[in-house]
Amino acid sequence: MMSLHDNRRWKPRLLECEIPASNPKSLQISKPKKVNLRPHFLLLKFAFLPGFKYPVAKTGLPLWMLGLDADRLRADLNRLLAFLFHQGILDEQYLQLQQLQDESSPNFVSEVVNIYFHESEKLLRNLRSLLMDRDFSDYDKMGIHLNQFIGSSSSIGAKRVRNVCVAFRAASDQNNRAGCLRALELLEHEYCILKNKLHELFQIEQQRLLAAGVRYPMLN
Amino acid sequence: MTMEEKMGGSNREDEAMDRFPVGMRVLAVDDDPICLKVLGTLLLKCQYQVTTTNQAISALKMLRENRNRYDLVISDVNMPDMDGFKLLELVGLEMDLPVIMLSAHSDTKLVMKGITHGACDYLLKPVRIEELKNIWQHVVRRKKPDSKDQVNALNQDKASGGIGEAVQTSTSCSDQKFNKKRKDQNEDEEDDGEDNEHENDDPSTQKKPRVVWSVELHRKFVAAVNHLGLDKAVPKKILDLMNVEGLTRENVASHLQKYRLYLKRLSSVATQQANMVAALGGKDPSYLRMGSLDGFGDFRTLTGSGRLSSASLSSYQPSGMFGRLNSSAALNLRGISSGVIQQGHPQTLSNSINGRGKIQPVGLPANQNQNGTLFQGIPTSIELNQLSQNKSANHFGELNPVNNPNVFGVATNFPDARMTVGSSSSSLSTPSGSPLLLQANTQQAQHSGAIGNQSSLGVASLNQESFDMGVHGFSNFVDNGRCHENWQNTVQLSSFPSNSLSTCEAFSHEQLHTNNLQESISWRSSHLSDNPIDLSASMANAGLEDSRGDMQCQISPSNNVIHNIDYAAKQQWGENSSCAGADSLVSGAPYVQHLEAGKLAFNTKLRSNEDFLFEQRKPQNEFSQNNFETLDIISSSMIKPEQYNETGMMEGELGYDAFPLGSCI
Repeated sequence: MMSLHDNRRWKPRLLECEIPASNPKSLQISKPKKVNLRPHFLLLKFAFLPGFKYPVAKTGLPLWMLGLDADRLRADLNRLLAFLFHQGILDEQYLQLQQLQDESSPNFVSEVVNIYFHESEKLLRNLRSLLMDRDFSDYDKMGIHLNQFIGSSSSIGAKRVRNVCVAFRAASDQNNRAGCLRALELLEHEYCILKNKLHELFQIEQQRLLAAGVRYPMLN
Repeated sequence: MTMEEKMGGSNREDEAMDRFPVGMRVLAVDDDPICLKVLGTLLLKCQYQVTTTNQAISALKMLRENRNRYDLVISDVNMPDMDGFKLLELVGLEMDLPVIMLSAHSDTKLVMKGITHGACDYLLKPVRIEELKNIWQHVVRRKKPDSKDQVNALNQDKASGGIGEAVQTSTSCSDQKFNKKRKDQNEDEEDDGEDNEHENDDPSTQKKPRVVWSVELHRKFVAAVNHLGLDKAVPKKILDLMNVEGLTRENVASHLQKYRLYLKRLSSVATQQANMVAALGGKDPSYLRMGSLDGFGDFRTLTGSGRLSSASLSSYQPSGMFGRLNSSAALNLRGISSGVIQQGHPQTLSNSINGRGKIQPVGLPANQNQNGTLFQGIPTSIELNQLSQNKSANHFGELNPVNNPNVFGVATNFPDARMTVGSSSSSLSTPSGSPLLLQANTQQAQHSGAIGNQSSLGVASLNQESFDMGVHGFSNFVDNGRCHENWQNTVQLSSFPSNSLSTCEAFSHEQLHTNNLQESISWRSSHLSDNPIDLSASMANAGLEDSRGDMQCQISPSNNVIHNIDYAAKQQWGENSSCAGADSLVSGAPYVQHLEAGKLAFNTKLRSNEDFLFEQRKPQNEFSQNNFETLDIISSSMIKPEQYNETGMMEGELGYDAFPLGSCI
């Protein structure tokens, strides 16, 4: 029996299972570590029709097909969220984002966060190249980048990243190069933490939705 | 990237009206895609109709296409293609839409800047939905009490005394306006009654068409305000004077309000300019020049004694740019190029002082009576030519019709007006390198010859200083808000009596106006940001202002004149709205005629000449005759159509044909 908590190593065998009618692709977000679920889902979508009686998997019915995992995953999700709030990695703005997600924009949060990752990595690269330059003197330009970083981080609800950016901007206003370098290191570190945690969040969310969706056809 | 989502069905407007604030149409501008997306979704959640774009330029384009399509604009402060404050100004002036600023930075200075530029509100990121739920109030607030506000605005403006002291006005004005608005909302309807009622009936109506304040319209507006006098400019009277179909009192009222705000902002900028100028050189002429940069100021300085005129002329060179600036910038945000022309003015001014009638800069009659209307930006060449001829009539008749609404004919009739003009022209040429300036320089050179004894040389040198100063100064002001002051200052300059003495006086007055000039300059520079010359022009104007102030005018009558002019100028500048250069031209023309009459026409004229046309008092010497002639020419030339060609203004303005001194039109 596969451990349900071992999400990262879990490879669900979906080939012979029915998939929920809702498109699982919508649950997916782009991230560095691809979940193995995806290719299977794609196959399933075209290979099986809803209502088709699915054969039992060789290893037996995966627990998640029974839909019991949905509750467990939701608990995991809440636990992780609470942890992130407690640590200050995320704040209430993230909840606002979640509230904006509804039927008309079902993947709102994941879309926004993806754009955020994309933009932030660009900004971080720019900042680093600016600071690594020996003849660097254009603190204004750095200030502009930082302003954007602050704006987007606060819109996401990334509290710690935003705070580091603010400190970074203060150092930049004082033309303090050493301070800026330190702040950049810290910023990159915080950004990595945020990114990993958000990926984890999305992963759990994805599985939870999957589990919740799976329950539906079983009622027939 | 534009995304449009509609809330309602096909009949958007009706639905929006019925369910206001639901369905209010918002345009969101932010270069950060994350914030834009979040903001857009939040606004949708508030049940508004949202259009988003990440480029300020495309936002402007959309707004200009159909200004009735949006009720509110939310804009980020830091954007790569255009400064958020600049967009704010443009939207406020052209489309009269409420604009909310958005920023991650909560710096007090930025918030203050937003308010002075006319923002309805300043939000900080991250934006919360609670804050967005209330933004519809800004739309209602704008729609309703426009007329009511006007009355209060008038009172307020008078109280704050738009002249020179406008430094603190920007904040106080906005506060006052804000208070006024509050009061208005509590008050009963004003005597305008009906119009208000119409508005109140449908406070949320989307149907109210927005008036496009085109250059021509604005010119008329400025002319009307000048005619009435800034303090006495009541929307009703302005409306009657303008005699434009389809224009309501409310439109005029709100435009008047903006114009005043603009002028106040200019005056505060002008003070900075003045300081700069003061720092640069203590020579009067240079100051004069600076002052006259605004076009108005130039006249003043020019009108002063011959030497003064030369000084003003020299300073005018930059003001030539101003002339353009004033006219174009002030009058018309698009008229940035005109601002550039103004630079040319200083030259013309100096030229005019030399007796040219060319008036770009206020034609300071070298003869003293020159009430050169300062044509800003108007072909300095013309002025220079005139100056060179050193005729009594310094009128710079030729205003750049294209650019400078504010061209002030500078009647440099001062025989004394040395050729500081010439020297100034040289100085002019250097900094900006604009053709105008060059022309001005050349003209000045000519004028300097014509100009008499006084500080011609000094002026010339000063001009350079001031001019250089102007150039540098401008850059600082590029982002300044309106250059109301510049206008005012220039106006003051233009009011220089033809007498040299008067110019002295003018100078002193100019100092007051310097602030205005500076402001106007800065305003202009902000508008002319593309034009380096404009910058210098504005600077020059400021310089003129200062120089003028330095010059001690001994002529009492000129004082009066100057006062009047200043007043008029201030009034003119009281309006934030961009003044069409045409206005100045138009106003200049009447002045010219008055001058001929030999009275302090420009006292009254000044009113009408919002822009740089300041007629100078009849020169006491024989130049007066010439002045009058030139004034006629100037006025006629001033009325030439101006085209605000932002990019090409400078070029166009510079391309004034050499205006023969003798041929006062």
